[in-house]
Amino acid sequence: MSYSMWIILTASLVGLSCGLIGVFLILRKQAMMADGISHTVLLGIVLAYMVTQEVSGPAMLIGGIFAGILTAFLVQTLSSLKVRHDASLGIVFTSLFAIGVILISTSVGNVHLDVKHALMGEITFIPFTTMDLPLIGSIPKATALLLLVLLVVIFFIVAFYKEWKITSFDAALAASLGIPVIFFHYLFMTLVSVTTVASFDAVGAILVVAMLITPAAAAYLWTDKLIVMLFLSGGFGVLSAIIGYWIATWLDTSISGSMALATGCIFFVTFLLSPKHGLVSRWVRPAELREEQEA
Amino acid sequence: MLSSVIHVDDLSASYQKNKVLNDVSFEVKKGTITAIVGPNGAGKSTLIKTMLGLHPKLTGNVSFWGNSFKAAKKKIGYVPQRGSVDWDFPTDALDVVTMGLYGKIGWFRIPSKKDKEKAMNALKKMGMESYAHRQISQLSGGQQQRVFLARALAQDAELYFMDEPLAGVDASTEKAIMTILKELKSNGKTVLVVHHDLQTVPEYFDHVLFLNKTVYAHGETEEVFTKDNIATTYGGDMQWVGKGDQYVIQSTSH
Amino acid sequence: MLSNLLHINTLWVMASTMILGIAAGGIGCLAYWKRQNLMSDALSHAALPGVVVAFLIIQEKNLLLLVIGAALSALLGAFFIQWFTSASRITEDTAMGMTLSVFYGVGVMLLAIANRSPGGNQSGLNNFIYGQAAAMVRSDVITMVVLAAIVIFIIFIAFKEWKLFLFDPDFAKGIGLSIRGMNVLYTIVLVTTIVIGIQAVGVILMAAMLIIPAVSARYWTHSFKMMILLSSVIGGLSGAFGTWVSSTGSGLPTGPFIVLTSAAVFTISLFFGKEHGIVIRYIQFKMQQRSSRLDHQQVMTGKGGRSQ
Repeated sequence: MSYSMWIILTASLVGLSCGLIGVFLILRKQAMMADGISHTVLLGIVLAYMVTQEVSGPAMLIGGIFAGILTAFLVQTLSSLKVRHDASLGIVFTSLFAIGVILISTSVGNVHLDVKHALMGEITFIPFTTMDLPLIGSIPKATALLLLVLLVVIFFIVAFYKEWKITSFDAALAASLGIPVIFFHYLFMTLVSVTTVASFDAVGAILVVAMLITPAAAAYLWTDKLIVMLFLSGGFGVLSAIIGYWIATWLDTSISGSMALATGCIFFVTFLLSPKHGLVSRWVRPAELREEQEA
Repeated sequence: MLSSVIHVDDLSASYQKNKVLNDVSFEVKKGTITAIVGPNGAGKSTLIKTMLGLHPKLTGNVSFWGNSFKAAKKKIGYVPQRGSVDWDFPTDALDVVTMGLYGKIGWFRIPSKKDKEKAMNALKKMGMESYAHRQISQLSGGQQQRVFLARALAQDAELYFMDEPLAGVDASTEKAIMTILKELKSNGKTVLVVHHDLQTVPEYFDHVLFLNKTVYAHGETEEVFTKDNIATTYGGDMQWVGKGDQYVIQSTSH
Repeated sequence: MLSNLLHINTLWVMASTMILGIAAGGIGCLAYWKRQNLMSDALSHAALPGVVVAFLIIQEKNLLLLVIGAALSALLGAFFIQWFTSASRITEDTAMGMTLSVFYGVGVMLLAIANRSPGGNQSGLNNFIYGQAAAMVRSDVITMVVLAAIVIFIIFIAFKEWKLFLFDPDFAKGIGLSIRGMNVLYTIVLVTTIVIGIQAVGVILMAAMLIIPAVSARYWTHSFKMMILLSSVIGGLSGAFGTWVSSTGSGLPTGPFIVLTSAAVFTISLFFGKEHGIVIRYIQFKMQQRSSRLDHQQVMTGKGGRSQ
């Protein structure tokens, strides 16, 4: 496969995993949690580096998952102590990120880890570190990791589809039916963390946030069916990866930045033109119908 | 002989510094429909939530059929206030009703055709079958409440807790809900309803519990639904319209 | 260490982070009561493209012009968030998440272009974006102090108007206060604070400067006035102390130390704060439990009446 195909494939995998996870992020009203976790994952990676003294896939993954769950746990704890949820998140993620930055600037030095890289990502270099897989052959490491993560994400979404639905829609009912709501909260946060860490090295924290939230938000304006929303959101993620790559080549600029822009463009077009919940629907739909629905 | 379903003993709970429930004790018998009434801030919703373990209790004891809530969970249905969920959620009415069955369906399984039928029957009972595939945000307030009720019916519980099911619904929905409640009662189920409209109490409920932080009166409606009990529970908060024994009363705080 | 403290440049920087902390602490209270804690995070990210565009135009680091670029871009971000939220079923946190990541992405794109362009002082630009207070020069400090002073002035001069605006907008409208006008003023003050703060603590940590002092102050008082004062004090002290710590070693970043200082204040407040602190709440809970039991015993033994 050609160099650019690998990049598009890698970014598409990010778009697909993030798009699926993003649907539940939005429905569970935790979009900003993605922003928080995408930052605190830095701390996890630094800690993993300090323990193992190397930047390896598995160690990073474990470090990132640890940081993600720690974030979710601390936010949950503060919220249960009556600190407003958004304030809790703001306090936790900035503090953990600050610790990460201090650790980098003092003990870890500049060994492959710098804040800028983490935030912006360097997808350009992805195709250069490869590994061999049976049947498939030589494949970039980051791509293989993302493929694995995508399978994990799909597995959990399919296996617990109805549980995700009910805990997202009506947690009180779920609890009264004996469904472990807290467990699913943490399982979900783990999935967000796994997706974030795997995407992190490839595309950087900011694009992860864009890929997690924006395609799902666009899908939310197109449909009223959860299953359709999942497919649309994943599709938008892949589309953003392709359009973004094209923009980046055209302007000769950051690939992940362009992909983030592409997610924004898709959302904006949706926001204006979606026949269901876009701006245009307000003008096109006859007034009587709206009244009937609102009655 | 009626046996006791709920046994609440000396229950108290607080919100931060304020005690909202104090020394609440009562029993509820099988096959009754009880209205929980009291002024705003009397702790009606808190009482339900505390009994269901959704709000921490300070002291006291709650038991269902002599067991803890955990052991009795499967036989209890809860209808929360309509405002407690996001009606923009991408799902339709039938799907929401099916959710009532998720506890019974079990892990790693999707709802079967039979489950869907059960949910559909519950919708039918509430007169909502033609709305089964409508997105829930496109239902009116009364229709949303019917969907919630249908979900509780699908749960097929023995004991139901309902938090203000009649608040802000149209007359036909109110009628439909009350028909269902009467039907539940005749099937031997037990229902506790937080209720805000005193005027309809004698017509709808066979038992009434006056609550204002603690229990002021509790028993069969005919016996305890008196001017005196209403006055003491609501304090000076009430306004009497009309005269004599006609219960035309309004809470001035509404 | 003492010599370090006395170093004149360090003093200048400390003064500027302190006044920044005061402004951010004050405006943070407004954001807290407007329930927009994370708005500051969204807006500081949204400022990035404006900074880079301003830099691309002027080709050098002039703080005032970068700040103006940042402010315009953050205001555009605020507009989008408002628009998405009000005109569709997108919730505010989703709108914020999208805006911050897409704007930041655009900023990164532009930055790649800026870093390619010949000439210009890109390292100054990077310092601005990732926050390096130590790199500030005197003219930067003056710009910052003047703008922060204006913000502080606006917060304190219109004290009772803010209070009405935040707690009872309908009533405020009734007595002739323009809610729209207050909203515009609030957004301008918020954006100004954020963009001048970016230089000192960076895009990502700016949110902490607004959120943490306000939430900490909440644990010590019920009065809005006291909360703003206290929050400003906490913000100011964290700013100065964090800057001092980071100046004790070479290459230590400023922002993270400021954030960790205020996070420490928050932790103390969370546990020992006199309003709803964990310790005090625990004691209250136990006392209530005991009084409940006592009441109950009295009822049982018939010695006392039922207490309300």
